[in-house]
Amino acid sequence: MTFRAGVLVATVLVLALLLVLPELLRPYYVGLATRMLIFALFAMSLDLILGYTGLVSLGHAAYFGIAAYAIALLVVRAGLPSGVAFVLALAVAALTGALFAPFALRGRGSSFLMITFALAQVLWSVAFGWRSLTNGDDGIPGVPRPDFGISLDSTQSFYYFVLIVVGLAALLLAAIVTSPFGRALKGIRESESRMQALGYDVWRHQFVAFVLAASFAGLAGALYACFNHFVGPEYLFVIQSAEALIMVILGGAGTLLGPAIGAALIVFLEDFVSSMTEHWVMVLGIIYVLVTLWAPRGLVGIVLDYCGRRLQ
Amino acid sequence: MIWLIHILNGVAYGMLLFLLAAGLSLIYGLMKILNLTHGSFYLVGGYLGLTVVRATGSFALGLVVAALAVALVGAAIERFFLRRFHLEELPQALLTFGFLFIFADLSLWVWGGDAQMLAVPGPFARSLSVGSFAYPVYRLFLIAVGLAIATLLWWFQEHTRLGTMLRAGVDDAEIARGLGINVSFLFTLVFALGAALAALGGVLAGPVLSLYPGADLDTLILAFVVVIVGGLGSLRGALAGSLLVGILDDFGKAFFPKFALFTVFVPMAVILVARPSGLFGRR
Repeated sequence: MTFRAGVLVATVLVLALLLVLPELLRPYYVGLATRMLIFALFAMSLDLILGYTGLVSLGHAAYFGIAAYAIALLVVRAGLPSGVAFVLALAVAALTGALFAPFALRGRGSSFLMITFALAQVLWSVAFGWRSLTNGDDGIPGVPRPDFGISLDSTQSFYYFVLIVVGLAALLLAAIVTSPFGRALKGIRESESRMQALGYDVWRHQFVAFVLAASFAGLAGALYACFNHFVGPEYLFVIQSAEALIMVILGGAGTLLGPAIGAALIVFLEDFVSSMTEHWVMVLGIIYVLVTLWAPRGLVGIVLDYCGRRLQ
Repeated sequence: MIWLIHILNGVAYGMLLFLLAAGLSLIYGLMKILNLTHGSFYLVGGYLGLTVVRATGSFALGLVVAALAVALVGAAIERFFLRRFHLEELPQALLTFGFLFIFADLSLWVWGGDAQMLAVPGPFARSLSVGSFAYPVYRLFLIAVGLAIATLLWWFQEHTRLGTMLRAGVDDAEIARGLGINVSFLFTLVFALGAALAALGGVLAGPVLSLYPGADLDTLILAFVVVIVGGLGSLRGALAGSLLVGILDDFGKAFFPKFALFTVFVPMAVILVARPSGLFGRR
């Protein structure tokens, strides 16, 4: 069997498994799988700027969280239909990205990281402090799932909804990173000055990548608010941003499959470890250190290295 | 009068921020590491000081033990972990964030989840009154300590042999190494010094601000704003930024509690647009 055929068979098997999953698992695990899918999308959205464009953001939860808050506020406070609110929430995430990007892009490397971190903390502090609007750290309960004609209230139907949305988003992301625009982003990651010299508008490419990443993160956040029927300030918190970062690195930055696998692993581990000990945060910290020391290119990198050695 | 009190409070808070920002800035200036564990050094230092003060009753001993212990921890992190990733910002960010998590969980384990405060040390547990105006002496003490440490750091950097080597390392680590300066030792020393300053900040903050899980991130974010405003890598910038952020934060909390961080972040945004490298940063 050739390598290509092997990949094809594996893909079909995974897709089939994803489709029949709700029939095989208890509802709790269907919910866990839904969370894995949502965070896979969140991690893939971060990878668009981290792995493909080379900008290390520590504030990606800003867009995830603001879309979640937008849908909650629009439905619970403003009384809009849930489907409309869902779409508007994505617009809010994209706009926030467009507003923050010019500030963040003033810096590179460590200052980019600091600025994205600081901007996300502003949103967190508003969500935390503006109690009359957001209920502060109590959060907003009662976020309904979007209603596009079919009820998504059962665990199974929402799983399928998330599977379709995340699947389409992943296809869209794959189309973006393989397009000429996506290739230009990789060029910018490797050498900004060279791309500039070649006549590319580096800033505009980075800006568009940033806004796209924010929009996809917003999609993940809106899904997550609907999944939990709840939104709270922790959606915006730096720990959420940092978890997305480790999902991308653990899986393998600069690929789309890697962050999705990394996200699934971290969500699973969090669930598993939390059921055994209350020291998940410590375990997460140790994962950070171990991944940095021994798997800097992520799981996908390890597999690729292994395949590379086999081929030689 | 109320204004004077807020300004003094802001300056006192700014001095605490300076202890963090100075280390953060020195570490970045010399080795280009953005240390996300810096807030944890502050919190762990504060907790260690608290334990020592409660056990022995000596505030001074608490300061010394916290600073030394955290300096050792910092040196170990630099030597055994960060050293392998010189000038690689992503692994550095991951490592230092990993340690942030580890320290956060450890201190929650050891010191519990309730906010705790240190007693104001004896000689400073009173107010100074001038006419109808009364102000706690401890906060004045904080201002004095902050100024003293700023002066000491400035003197160290400008007038000692080690400081000269440090400046050479900041300007060009490669050339400094070529001239026979032990840059590798400087890295560990500066990282340990930065950690110790943060720990001092934690203990000194104990009697005014409480120590609680999450204080590590809360202080880290303000220290970031300070170095963004002041300019990474500059001691003068760290001092100016600290005072500005300290005062703005105090006014924000007093007058617009809902948007407390906004009074700090709006000036930060303005400075980013006008001078991306900060007030005293080098391009």
